[in-house]
Amino acid sequence: MTATDATQRGPGQDEVVLDVDHLCTYFGVGTGMLSSGEPAVVRAVDDVSFDIRSGEIFGLVGESGSGKTTLGRTILGLVKATSGHIRWKDHDLAQLTEKQFRPLRRHLGMIFQDPASAMNPAMTIVQGVGHPLRIHGMASNRRGARVKVAEMLERCGLAPAERYLDVYPDDLSGGQKQRCVIARALITEPELVVADEPVASLDMSIRAKVLELMFDLKEQLGLTYLYITHDLVSGRFLCDRIGILYLGQLVEWGDSTQVYDAPQHPYTRSLLNAVPLPDPSRRGRDKRLPRGEIPDALAPPTGCRFHPRCPEAFEPCGWEGRDLVDALEDRWTRVDEDTFERELDMVGGDLDKVEIERERVHFPSADAERLTSWLREHGPQLPTEVFAAVTDLTADDGGVSVTFGPGPEPAIQTVEGREVACHLHGITVRDGGTHVGDPSP
Amino acid sequence: MTTRPEPEGGTDRPVLRVRDLRVAYGTARGSLAAVDGVSLDLAPGESLGLVGESGCGKSTLGRGLLQLLPPGAAVGGSVELDGRQLIGLDRRSLRRVRSEELALVFQEPMSRLNPLMRISAHFIETIRAHEPDIDKKQAHQMGRDALRQMGIPPTRIDDHPHEFSGGMRQRIMIALALVLGPSVIVADEPTTSLDVIVEAQILDLLERLRYEEHVGLLLITHNLGIVAETCDRVAVMYAGRIVEIGPVEQVFEDPQHPYTQGLLESVISVDTTELSSIDGAPPDLVDPPKGCRYAPRCPAKFDDCETIDPVLGHVGEGDARTWSAACLLHESAYPRREVRA
Repeated sequence: MTATDATQRGPGQDEVVLDVDHLCTYFGVGTGMLSSGEPAVVRAVDDVSFDIRSGEIFGLVGESGSGKTTLGRTILGLVKATSGHIRWKDHDLAQLTEKQFRPLRRHLGMIFQDPASAMNPAMTIVQGVGHPLRIHGMASNRRGARVKVAEMLERCGLAPAERYLDVYPDDLSGGQKQRCVIARALITEPELVVADEPVASLDMSIRAKVLELMFDLKEQLGLTYLYITHDLVSGRFLCDRIGILYLGQLVEWGDSTQVYDAPQHPYTRSLLNAVPLPDPSRRGRDKRLPRGEIPDALAPPTGCRFHPRCPEAFEPCGWEGRDLVDALEDRWTRVDEDTFERELDMVGGDLDKVEIERERVHFPSADAERLTSWLREHGPQLPTEVFAAVTDLTADDGGVSVTFGPGPEPAIQTVEGREVACHLHGITVRDGGTHVGDPSP
Repeated sequence: MTTRPEPEGGTDRPVLRVRDLRVAYGTARGSLAAVDGVSLDLAPGESLGLVGESGCGKSTLGRGLLQLLPPGAAVGGSVELDGRQLIGLDRRSLRRVRSEELALVFQEPMSRLNPLMRISAHFIETIRAHEPDIDKKQAHQMGRDALRQMGIPPTRIDDHPHEFSGGMRQRIMIALALVLGPSVIVADEPTTSLDVIVEAQILDLLERLRYEEHVGLLLITHNLGIVAETCDRVAVMYAGRIVEIGPVEQVFEDPQHPYTQGLLESVISVDTTELSSIDGAPPDLVDPPKGCRYAPRCPAKFDDCETIDPVLGHVGEGDARTWSAACLLHESAYPRREVRA
């Protein structure tokens, strides 16, 4: 958007209501009996920055383990931020204590995923939906609360409200329960609503109904949404802007039409390609699926976190020691048993004996010369591009050492109007990132 | 009744032939017919998608094929696998059929793997229970080959289930299901708990197996996109019955039952420009509507729909056996003794 576009819009539009700035949420994980003394840390949200503008729907899309739910909960103060800022009005939500946060919470609504567990089964609908009114002292008496709840239920499509007020959640269908959850989130007249997978647990024939309701309510009540989902497809229809999260980091974000029509990060492309289309004429298309699955957040890949799976990864993406062993194992799923046994024997007979470091791998091979020439010949044909980053192969008495060249973690850059963190658009180095080798140019 | 056309020579004789399958559960309010007279055929190497929403009976149907049902469930009708009747078989015989001829793959792989046993032990146990002549070393080798076929490194065969990710566990379950060479796989929401990329990987694998091993696949899912991408034919279930069955291309292009139309319209896809949904809820199966079960929600219903219970009748162009729908908008859906008003 250009400056002229912005000035032509009415007041309020484009006004940033929530500014997330270098936000980190880390969790300590207890050390296991077998692990070394160092406490493990999961970087669930790791240096995430974006903003949400007034009246928009910002979609946060990611697979399980991407940190999307933690990010939403951090914004609502349900999880403590480790560092960074969440600016909302005159407050920095990331710095507030629980006591300071409490009076602000009525302005920030939350719609949870599973309507079955989001409502207290022991409270009638009028009690459950009206509960936030009591907590925030927003209803003078029971009569007043009942009127407000009835009004909100009808807005949420539960009409006549009298039929629903005094029943229990278990008397309602999944779709009706989710409408109650929405009514409860909106009863305090919040400005920003965080909706975490609001339709994921509903049957497909009623999903659209609930999304439509959320959309209508946004227009009627002037809401702003942070819509968290694993479902890239519903994001396209609903969101003004979207951000794609991978292992705790935003890899691409911007105007949703632009991102969907011309994704610039290979992960976004992969997600879009993988979605099964209800159109048999398009089956059999080349999906270029990434390898494997989202890796362990306790030990994320160095460099670009997506590189071990990326169908477009190349030399600078952060190839490291463990990637070479993974590529060998991947190769062994494609060869016969004899070849596998011969090659396993060649690299030392037992992968547990291979010394794996970030910049170096050492194979305890009995015939170092043979392994060196084998690697020279077959390395470039391994199932990943890992060998492109190898700078040195050294044979010695104890085996073969393989050394890797630099692979910086990519910084965020602007590409075609949106933000992307990927070396395909020019090699960059992220400040404070995790790199293979020395990242300085 | 629908039958896939048999090419000359009869090589595509159905490997699975289901006729008028019924599964009823006893409830406090009376008998609930979860599956109410379902018939279908599956040819060798063919994949049939069974779609429907929660409660339509699709999972009960999958389990009913092998009578893997909770106590108190009554099963009736006919299920023939390679010409052998499964209804009425004792539990021991059914257990044999289950691994050797018809394999089941479920949604939650972790709950089917023993956390204390190495993957190799799972293979050895499964293989030797059916083929006692195979020694442990051979079974271990078969396991490695099976894993390799699923894209899992043979170096990992002695790991425990918790050392694998969700997608890898599902691959292991499929490898275990296939190790004895069944002719049919029944996969009940095999990718529902997985992320979209892993889901696509698993579906690719199933597709490859179907071609390489010529295994018939009954894929039970709520996801129409998955059916469109992987199945030859689709059967749409509603309230315990198949309401439309036919080739995927034709059914998706020009659905003949209003429920299929509603479902297809409610799919939110990348091309969606308008949201659509189906009003109302499925009927109570203890006391289903007298006429068409979809009539209370159907935008196209007319008087007959409330009184006449439609049967599956031929629709569309071409061979009368390939495409059917149970909707009174089609003359063929009137039961023989009823006359269209």
